[in-house]
Amino acid sequence: MYRYDEFDHDFVQARVAEFSDQVQRRLSGEITEEQFRPLRLMNGVYLQLHAYMLRIAVPYGTLNGKQLRMLGHIARKYDKGYGHFTTRQNIQFNWPALSDIPAILADLASVEMHAIQTSGNCIRNVTADHFAGAAADEVADPRPYAEILRQWSSVHPEFSFLPRKFKIAVTGAERDRAAIQTHDIGLHLKKNAAGELGFAVYIGGGQGRTPMVAKKVRDFLPEADLLSYCTAILRVYNLYGRRDNKYKARIKILVHETGVEEITRQVEAEWQELKDAELKLPDADIRAIEAYFAPPALTDRPEGDQAVKLARLDSKGFSDWLDQNVVTHRHPDYAAVTISLKGIGEVPGDASDSQMEAVADIAEKYAFDELRVSHEQNLILPHVARADLKAVYDALVDIGLATANSNLISDIISCPGLDYCALATARSIPIAQEISQRFASMERQREIGELKLKISGCINACGHHHVGHIGILGVEKKGSELYQVTLGGSADENTSVGEIIGRGFSSEEITDAIEQIVETYLGLRLNAQEKFIDAYRRVGPAPFKEALYAGEAKAA
Amino acid sequence: MKILTANRLTDGIAVWYADGGWAETVGQADLAHDKAAEDRLEAIGAKAYADNEVVDVNLIDADVVDGVVEPVRLREKIRAAGPTIRGDLGKQAERAA
Repeated sequence: MYRYDEFDHDFVQARVAEFSDQVQRRLSGEITEEQFRPLRLMNGVYLQLHAYMLRIAVPYGTLNGKQLRMLGHIARKYDKGYGHFTTRQNIQFNWPALSDIPAILADLASVEMHAIQTSGNCIRNVTADHFAGAAADEVADPRPYAEILRQWSSVHPEFSFLPRKFKIAVTGAERDRAAIQTHDIGLHLKKNAAGELGFAVYIGGGQGRTPMVAKKVRDFLPEADLLSYCTAILRVYNLYGRRDNKYKARIKILVHETGVEEITRQVEAEWQELKDAELKLPDADIRAIEAYFAPPALTDRPEGDQAVKLARLDSKGFSDWLDQNVVTHRHPDYAAVTISLKGIGEVPGDASDSQMEAVADIAEKYAFDELRVSHEQNLILPHVARADLKAVYDALVDIGLATANSNLISDIISCPGLDYCALATARSIPIAQEISQRFASMERQREIGELKLKISGCINACGHHHVGHIGILGVEKKGSELYQVTLGGSADENTSVGEIIGRGFSSEEITDAIEQIVETYLGLRLNAQEKFIDAYRRVGPAPFKEALYAGEAKAA
Repeated sequence: MKILTANRLTDGIAVWYADGGWAETVGQADLAHDKAAEDRLEAIGAKAYADNEVVDVNLIDADVVDGVVEPVRLREKIRAAGPTIRGDLGKQAERAA
């Protein structure tokens, strides 16, 4: 993985010193809250319902054991013993004192981490496929490009005060696991007919109160042009993006209001001015960054097949976990493992200090010291020898992180909601917990098959409800929580925005409604192989509406 | 009825104005029964903000239930108690201890 060079170290240390000074000046009353607020936000410090919240960047979701152990240490020493992994592959702590934040940032800097640009109207953490570098279906590892973008966008003077925040995601596979079409810029790394690397470029995707699927503006952008083209997009956005209305300030609105053809013309015109100048990436520079992401030396471990076969016979739990949470690796003797942070009835994305430390140990012992945070709020061990899978499983069982529910209905994305968030209008975590408990039977979950359920506690859609196969949006209506259901969303290579199915449900009704939707699907699917999303796309909303609301129509 | 609430500058912890100071629990918060009392609380909040004691100062609706002050809105109830999913955290945990 990427290692800081001297410049990176100096830059992060300088930022720790600068922000520590700002915190001291704030605490002594030398600067006002109005003056301090934008400074704290640039360093990931929010004020939530109960306390401050610190959001720490995990660039493209990649971290090592030492870093995860440090996060565990921070959870224990400065917080309340846990952290929350987010849909942007970052981690948040919910209870830090402002006066402790300088010390936390110093601890983070000691393991090459920081909280820079995790908030504010700048280019945020660039996200990537969590199986990058391991996936069997990958053309190339997208993370070197994410790292190039990170270096370019860090305190970029032109792009530090954009109309609104800006999110970039990169995938290196046809199968999109990074939800690139829901981002301001989505990059799909691919090869052209000549075998050269480049990107399909999407712009103007986003969720929030106005969900939009990104539009493809280029089918193949040579890799050398990555920064000049992104600069052209950001320049057009920075110039024409709306600053009069916060809710219309994202690039998706500009793309929508301008039209794809016209905005593409503007971007291309801007790019003509930039493409042969200093932003052109020299091949040697790309290859140098790529070298940081060189895969670990994966020696052949052919004994894995037999070991897995025997362990399967020995343990049904292991066998189920293998089927659900372990995916094919490009090396046949290895696998990529999803560590579910979605134990039945648990808080999606939360991990305790000791769990973080134990996972760090597992990564160091069995996974070449590599870890990922997925945007689905799980942890990933990207490279595990199949021969070691049983040992990894046993270690995860010991710390309560072996739930075999990856991609099943209880693998729920949920925002923090009204239990923590100052913007939320309804709670989302308790709904996730209740649904998870309702479908506690793993047998039942497997029978239902792949089903992406996503919950947001307000219209800002941090819980990605628009792109859930089943989406739940919590709102406040007449002083009570009300939950609207959308169906048919997805965040993969066939991205779609879900449709509102009908009137919302109270917190007491919502789990029953979800169960009814699931039962309706089970009743109408062509066979066990037809996934929920495919069945919904085939039949549309009518049968689900009928199941949910027919009784009401008759009663009325 | 209204009460005055904010978050303490140094640690961000939710506080309520009670009996001449900022209390960590809502139960004994000073109640404003009329506009004049609201204005008085508001002025206290503005001064505490200007003095860098607290941030995010708000007047919120409250009731008295069994002799104890309780916020009206769910959001404020959760602020006053802690996350509903973690009874071991926040004010509710301190109360139980």
